[in-house]
Amino acid sequence: MKEEKKKEQKKKMLRDWLILAGMMGVAVVLIYLYPSKQEPVISAAFDYLSEMIFILPAVMVLMGLFSVYIPKDAVSKYLGKASGIKGFFLAILFGTLPTGPLYVAFPMASTMIKKGARITNIVVFLSAWACIKIPQEMVELQFLGPEFMLARLFLTIIFVGLMGLVIEWMIDKTGGEND
Amino acid sequence: MSVTAIFINLFALICFLYGVYRDKEKAVESLKKAVFSLFKILPTVLIIIVIIGLMLGFVPPSEISRFVGEQSGIFGVLLVGIVGSILHIPALVSFPLAASMLDSGATVTAVAAFITTLTMIGMVTLPLEIKKLGKKFALLRNGLSFIIAIIIALIMGVLL
Repeated sequence: MKEEKKKEQKKKMLRDWLILAGMMGVAVVLIYLYPSKQEPVISAAFDYLSEMIFILPAVMVLMGLFSVYIPKDAVSKYLGKASGIKGFFLAILFGTLPTGPLYVAFPMASTMIKKGARITNIVVFLSAWACIKIPQEMVELQFLGPEFMLARLFLTIIFVGLMGLVIEWMIDKTGGEND
Repeated sequence: MSVTAIFINLFALICFLYGVYRDKEKAVESLKKAVFSLFKILPTVLIIIVIIGLMLGFVPPSEISRFVGEQSGIFGVLLVGIVGSILHIPALVSFPLAASMLDSGATVTAVAAFITTLTMIGMVTLPLEIKKLGKKFALLRNGLSFIIAIIIALIMGVLL
């Protein structure tokens, strides 16, 4: 199982490098055909690259720390029991901490629902996981600035809470289904 | 280095030092993970950088703003939202991409719609979500996420 996963990852990485090589090829051909574009293309790419290089290692360190120090079963344990406004904030907090893509959170959410967690909290948890993780917010801060990042953060928290309540209400009203 | 970059690095350093203080072995393990994921995401980051360079160098801002700028109106926002829902790229690299859209004339609304739909909605992962959480839950969550992403984006356009 683990061997297979490693192989899969290696394949994906190889694919990414090949796509990169392809993109570089396209870029070289385009610049060769339109020499006047060489300066703007290279300076734009360099600007963004240097902005990324200064924060990428720090962001990776944060993600590494979160993934090692925050056990996933603890998240399920606390969030499954929490209720009310405390549950809402715990769902946000727990959603922002762990790392990994959203599909890792689906099985966790499924287990928590089966154990009786509120639908609202699960929706909030999944949404926080998807779009307000701390390392992600750091990159957003760097590239889009504090006003943009904070405005989006607060609006997301408010609307995700409302969405959770609406989904819970709709599922309760029509009866849960398990397909 | 910008103030923001210094802040981010300090924040990571403080978290790391706290980690070392709590448990040295775990801190080393998380560093190893960090190096591994850095190499894993590196090609994707470079791909996006090349795309940004080509886009800013070749596509004139007037072209970009015709689709996602002031004159495109709500149609442009919906279009970007749909593109964001379908695309499956890591959130980390979506921010530089979004910043380059802003640089070349896209509105704050369009960019906010792009990031929010990109992160919250997953067409690619929808089958798994349905399997794990049920059809009703998954469709409601993705559908309503699209609506709130557009609302959030419109409010951001007014605020900023």
